[in-house]
Amino acid sequence: MDTIKRMLDSDLWYSFKRHPLVIVAAILSLILILGAALAPILAPHNPFDLKTLNLLDAFTPPAWTEAGKATFLLGTDDQGRDVLSTIMYGSRVSLLVGICAVALSMVIGITLGLISGYVGGAVDAFIMRVADIQLSFPAILIALLIDGVARVVFKDIHDQVAVYVLIFAIAASGWVQYARTVRGSTLVERNKEYVQAARVIGRKPLAIMFSHVLPNVMGPVLVLATLHVGAAIITEATLSFLGVGVPPTQPSLGTLIRIGNDFLFSGEWWITVFPGLMLVILVLSINIIGDWLRDALNPKLR
Amino acid sequence: MLAFIIRRLLQSVMVMLAVGFIAFSLFNFVGDPVSLMLPPEATQADREEVRKSLGLDKPFYVQFATFIGNAVQGNFGISLRLGRPVSQLLAERLPATLELAMTAAVFGLFMGIPLGVYTALKRDKWTSKVLLTGSLVGVSLPNFLIGIFLILIFAVWLGWLPSFGRGEVTQLGFWSTGFLTTDGLKAIILPAITLGFYPITLIMRLVRAEMLEVLRTDYIKFARARGLTNNAVHFGHALKNTLVPVITITGLQLGGIIAFAIITETVFQWPGMGLLFIQAVQFADIPVMAAYLCLIGFIFVAVNLIVDLLYFAVDPRLRVEQSGSGGH
Repeated sequence: MDTIKRMLDSDLWYSFKRHPLVIVAAILSLILILGAALAPILAPHNPFDLKTLNLLDAFTPPAWTEAGKATFLLGTDDQGRDVLSTIMYGSRVSLLVGICAVALSMVIGITLGLISGYVGGAVDAFIMRVADIQLSFPAILIALLIDGVARVVFKDIHDQVAVYVLIFAIAASGWVQYARTVRGSTLVERNKEYVQAARVIGRKPLAIMFSHVLPNVMGPVLVLATLHVGAAIITEATLSFLGVGVPPTQPSLGTLIRIGNDFLFSGEWWITVFPGLMLVILVLSINIIGDWLRDALNPKLR
Repeated sequence: MLAFIIRRLLQSVMVMLAVGFIAFSLFNFVGDPVSLMLPPEATQADREEVRKSLGLDKPFYVQFATFIGNAVQGNFGISLRLGRPVSQLLAERLPATLELAMTAAVFGLFMGIPLGVYTALKRDKWTSKVLLTGSLVGVSLPNFLIGIFLILIFAVWLGWLPSFGRGEVTQLGFWSTGFLTTDGLKAIILPAITLGFYPITLIMRLVRAEMLEVLRTDYIKFARARGLTNNAVHFGHALKNTLVPVITITGLQLGGIIAFAIITETVFQWPGMGLLFIQAVQFADIPVMAAYLCLIGFIFVAVNLIVDLLYFAVDPRLRVEQSGSGGH
């Protein structure tokens, strides 16, 4: 009870209540995330259960059009799969890859940033040089390259490891932001008295870094992470759309858009438009929350 | 000045060497060039022979030097998928990508700057607010979705514009251009808008922010006090001073545009380098991947270098500060 009361009294909650757009975005993301997480329970059909698929249902338009059927609210695709259900299962993959990639990216970035800022010297110079070089190339290019290499290395088992490769590729293309932010704050924290005190009582550098410095540099990192989730979902969708992401047996929103893209010209627009809209709404809501969080947590803007 | 140029040049060479090293590692360690070049029934002796002819028995740094030497001359070996020299493939595809990227950049500048000025001068008008919100939505939209929606509206529903390929191209020496036929010009519109969408929103927001900043300064107030017309103040004084960062960002975006062309080219089946690269990734065509990486790396480094030098030439303040402190 106490924590809830504290939360309701906080500045953050006050700011949240005064931004209707953010409230809408938060509700939307909550619905979408719940829909994705509970897809096996909530989805009207199971698009991966081949027994329930009927090819005669293929290319049914959305329910509100003339030829639509009430059982398929958003229509069906070329194999007779319910578009709404594939979207729910697809956002599951998209969200999972996005969130895991951001988490891994944070771990890599924070660790390197802490080491860079705390140790300094040649280690710092090396890490920051690598970061500089990587930052001058777009993330999507780096992710593509890692994916391409993985295809050669894991030639035969690529379909099984594709999701992990994708998570790693997106994470490896995004760590720089965290490393730079954490390094900057660590440089400031390093010289503060509590760190000196910890050093005097003989704590090991690693312990100081992770248990003393880290909690004090996490604020900006969390904001960065929120915005990064949106970007990571877009990167995943783009890679899957380009045909180098998750395998078609485990479609994400990007794969669904890619599949639907083939039917754009024959008039079956719903197969690609609905997953596309879903992707936009998901990323937009997350970005709105991230933007608000950045401003709300920035004491300079109060 | 000279010291700055030399330091910047050295830095660029270092980055290029790093990119070259990654490409080299791709080539030599990931791809296993020996088995790529031999039939499966080859004997051990055959393998040794090929190893020798490729120089793989030499020390590591000699191999790297040979690779760099070849790369500088544009020799990246033979595509595994298409069986043709990679340099030839890239040279064929380069005009398509560059024409697309340039058109997108021009779109970005010619749409972005006026929109930015408009939203800065009329900041409280509802049209400005709509434009700003629209640009935020635009940034959240994945590039390929913009392309798909444009195809759906203008090619499928309205049937005004073609949705794939370059249309009719004219060969001017080694350069194939789509600018000389109406067919080719029509074909570039949708891809260029798709690719230019992000630069437009970026430049618009940048120009707006810079304009608002400049309009608050004293010399603008003095210019108004001198009785200059609004147009003279806005465009003669204010806009001129916002253009320095715009040049930088647009220049830096150019490399990004060429890289992002991978996505646009896939959506529109545009026969450029990006499409070649994505097919190389799908088919694990290492020589093409390595060559594309080097080429893109080179374009990025060159653009960064030129922009830095240009910045230096355009902004006199930098030249004064340069005497003591470092780089930026």
